[in-house]
Amino acid sequence: MTARRVVVVTAGLSTPSSTRLLADRLAASAVRSLREQGHQATVETVELRDHARDLADRMLTGFASPGLAEVVDGIADADGVIAVTPIFNASYSGLFKTFFDAVEPDALTDTPVLIAATGGTARHSLALEHAVRPLFGYLRSVVAPTAVFAAAEDWGSGGDGRLGVRIDRAADQFAALVGSRSRAEPRDPFDDPVPFATLLSGE
Amino acid sequence: MQFGIFTVGDVTSDPTTKTVPTEAERIKAMVTIAEKAEEVGLDVFASGEHHNRPFVPSSPTTMLGYIAARTSRIILSTATTLITTNDPVKIAEDYAMLQHLADGRVDLMMGRGNTGPVYPWFGKDIRQGIPLAVENYQLLRRLWREDVVDWEGRFRTPLESFTSTPRPLDGVPPFVWHGSIRSPEIAEQAAYYGDGFFANHIFWPTNHFQRLIDLYRRRFEHYGHGSADQAIVGLGGQVFMRKRSQDAVAEFRPYFDNAPVYGNGPSLEEFTEGTPLTVGSPQEVIDKTLTFREKFGDYQRQLFLMDHAGLPLKTVLEQLDLLGEEVVPVLRAEFDRLRPAHVPEAPTHAGLRAAATGTLEEGTDLVEAAR
Repeated sequence: MTARRVVVVTAGLSTPSSTRLLADRLAASAVRSLREQGHQATVETVELRDHARDLADRMLTGFASPGLAEVVDGIADADGVIAVTPIFNASYSGLFKTFFDAVEPDALTDTPVLIAATGGTARHSLALEHAVRPLFGYLRSVVAPTAVFAAAEDWGSGGDGRLGVRIDRAADQFAALVGSRSRAEPRDPFDDPVPFATLLSGE
Repeated sequence: MQFGIFTVGDVTSDPTTKTVPTEAERIKAMVTIAEKAEEVGLDVFASGEHHNRPFVPSSPTTMLGYIAARTSRIILSTATTLITTNDPVKIAEDYAMLQHLADGRVDLMMGRGNTGPVYPWFGKDIRQGIPLAVENYQLLRRLWREDVVDWEGRFRTPLESFTSTPRPLDGVPPFVWHGSIRSPEIAEQAAYYGDGFFANHIFWPTNHFQRLIDLYRRRFEHYGHGSADQAIVGLGGQVFMRKRSQDAVAEFRPYFDNAPVYGNGPSLEEFTEGTPLTVGSPQEVIDKTLTFREKFGDYQRQLFLMDHAGLPLKTVLEQLDLLGEEVVPVLRAEFDRLRPAHVPEAPTHAGLRAAATGTLEEGTDLVEAAR
């Protein structure tokens, strides 16, 4: 068994929230799938609501409070990220975007990401494809092919298209990416600076 | 240890009176503040360089030359000189001229500038910020150190048989600091040349700047300029004082809450907890500033930001009285007492001249020579 660390980021606002409920279902399914591949996964869940003020402060001052910095650093080290947002006015919530604006542009490069969202009706489901997926494309993450949208009605419907089936399909795809990922230790520019001769040569 | 002030030169509305100084008032206020800094015994006055509103100091050597004529002792510096968008030939000539007028009371702090549109206004590209800083500064050093320069690079027209005039005073180029908020490349650059490194750590938490300064010290030693603890470090600070701590907090709060940089974000209390900002009594400023030494090691220059966020000139001058009378004498004595003998003072023109000409007698303190 090898260890895998999955960070769940959820931007739900109410307590309890359906966004958190979806995030927990996805995480549990991913852990199961990883276990079947022979990986022992740990899950850390970040409720963005807990960091809402720190995120606003960071947007204004340019630096993160110690608590927020810990979360931002933690996501950069994750083997995989499950990112779940409510859909507001045709896109991810502002809180969700503000958090990923606080992440360095290269922090999630090559990181497997499972994207998911909640909304009142299924008419909002393509926001995952036109808003959330491009965000992680910009961050050069590897986004699982299946994105999971849960409308209010999904919590009470069955059949082949039922939510649980989609959750497991997405989690299996995500787990395959997380399980097969090999990570090179990133170069730390403070511990291992570019020698000045190289900077001078203009390369 | 040198103590001084640095100014951004912002024209900001006073949130308590809603009055905005004119450009003329602000520029003259900066001069008054510099004169006051000398009067209260500070060592350094440093002006920013900006080419966008609401900032006025676009022409630093004009202002510093004028201040040089009205002062006699204080070192005139910059915070920062834009090494990216200025022509290094013009920097070489402007600051050599200032050196002559100010009898050597000149050094510079190089910075890249982080305002995107300023770069294209000067025909440059912000994405080339680091390569510009590297190439331009290398040329600047040669222009000050070689009488005749042949040069070709990526960013300016080549030079054939060029002599930058006037030559540096006494053949000694101004000492250079490199300022950076986040770039390890600039710490590496400062270390490579054995120049000073200045961490303007007023807006960000200390631990971030510890990594930058640790890198600079380590690489300073790597490049053979001395041991890591002999590297030349400067730090920014930001204070507001009254005799009674609660008076300082009550008076400064509206300026903090509306400040262009951090206003409407974290509370004054959160910001003082997480950054070097100190709002309180002179003793609190002394205590906090002494913690910088514990975090960054013995260092050579401490600059405070005093005139910003719309604070009226009268208030700034009162702050300088407190700084000069109650804070700096205590800090000077404490830092001098704590600093080991092998850690140098910040270089001055007289010290560099003495070192260059070998006239320094064995065992003579560089700083004493400088005075």
